[in-house]
Amino acid sequence: MIGIEQLTKSFGKFRALDNISLQLQAGQAVSLLGPNGSGKTTLIKSILGLVIPEKGTITINGHVVRRDWRYRAGIGYMPQIGRYPDNMTIRQVIRMIKEIRGEHRQYDEELIHGFGLDKAMDKTMRSLSGGTRQKVSACLAFLFSPDIYILDEPTAGLDPVASELLKEKITRERAAGKLILITSHVLSDLEGIASHIIYLQDGRLVLYKSVEALQAATGEEKLNKVIAQVMKAGLPGAEDNEA
Amino acid sequence: MKTIIKYVLLDLFKNKIILIYTLLLAVLAISLLSLDDNPSKGLLSLLNVTLLFVPVITILFATIYFFNAVEFTELLLSQPIRRERVILAEYAGVALPLCAAYAAGVGLPLLFIVSGTQSLVLVLTGVLLTLVFSSLALLIFVTSKDKTRGIGIAIVAALFFTLLFDGLLIGFIYAFSDYPIDQAVVGMIALNPVDLGRVLMLLQLDVAVLMGYSGALFKKFLGSAAGSVFSAVCMLFWVIVPLLLSVRIFRKKDL
Repeated sequence: MIGIEQLTKSFGKFRALDNISLQLQAGQAVSLLGPNGSGKTTLIKSILGLVIPEKGTITINGHVVRRDWRYRAGIGYMPQIGRYPDNMTIRQVIRMIKEIRGEHRQYDEELIHGFGLDKAMDKTMRSLSGGTRQKVSACLAFLFSPDIYILDEPTAGLDPVASELLKEKITRERAAGKLILITSHVLSDLEGIASHIIYLQDGRLVLYKSVEALQAATGEEKLNKVIAQVMKAGLPGAEDNEA
Repeated sequence: MKTIIKYVLLDLFKNKIILIYTLLLAVLAISLLSLDDNPSKGLLSLLNVTLLFVPVITILFATIYFFNAVEFTELLLSQPIRRERVILAEYAGVALPLCAAYAAGVGLPLLFIVSGTQSLVLVLTGVLLTLVFSSLALLIFVTSKDKTRGIGIAIVAALFFTLLFDGLLIGFIYAFSDYPIDQAVVGMIALNPVDLGRVLMLLQLDVAVLMGYSGALFKKFLGSAAGSVFSAVCMLFWVIVPLLLSVRIFRKKDL
């Protein structure tokens, strides 16, 4: 579904992404890990066409990202920080995105009801807390039942109930054969969701393996222990990545 | 594109700064026009207020708005929509309320106190200046890396066009006063949208000759009608060129 070939991107002298090649398939829930500044957000933004790659190509369902903007109809994106025009109400934001995707008529409003946003529709974005804004972002990402979900720190700032609800939703969508690309610093949040792990460091792809393979290699069950083991052991098996 | 314009407008018409700006212009317009029985003088004062405040307020407000809307722009760009449309819609969404604020704040009092061609030209001048400086704000937004730097550049740009440019022009005129530079000066005025706005209005007011070098030159070289058309067309260029340049740069901008 998503094919990335030798993607490179620098900001000035800083190399944010260095020769990354990846193939992501439908039905995977890929967790994107790495320290701050390792290029996770840049990779996501390159896929969305927000960052223009320096070298390399990205194809999504056969569409080259650089040339064709229509591929974005198949992507639901939840940004790390959702900020919206101050005086718009939740209702207006949702209606605007619906109107932009005018050709799409079937909406998945499960999260809107689940989060209880349907009772706060006329509140302005300025008056919302960070967590509620995050909920709005999540609702927008899931509204059109896209084939690909790109979620940047989706659970950051959400209360436990909302966070659990979102995780259940993600699991269901994955079971429905969608591709999910997710970054999170909270490894326990990825437990039971992630099927594959991508580890980036200094813009380089260090690791791309299935969770089962990693569990077998390290002998650990819990995801955070697996990752800790992998990092301690100097990231073994980086050569036989799945890409 | 219409959708985005519509929702940005919905947002900005509830914006307090736009509201205060409109009221301030209205108060200034009413008080300046009722100070003197001679409407020409009132219009002249109003012109000076316009030339001083409209560029500064427009460029600052628009630059800050564009930078504050970065995350919103990202959200829009992650939808299936062309980049060009997003940026042009945001421009229209910001420029239209500012134009409306000027048209309502200055235009309505004028309509009741001194309606006529001269008032119409003044409103047109203010609206054109708003469009020009929103366009420049967009250019600043797409070329600067962060908000602080962007606002800094916006302030410098506003000061340059409202104050510094005329100083340089006068310096130029004094330095080369022994040479036939009249036409060169007319050409130089075209480089400053604020001066173009001044000329556009002064040519209507029959005080052109009294109002310094630039007005006199325009009157002399171009006559009233041709001069007005020339300065209006130049101002339109000041709207379109930065706008097209911004779209070009925005196509390749990383967010």
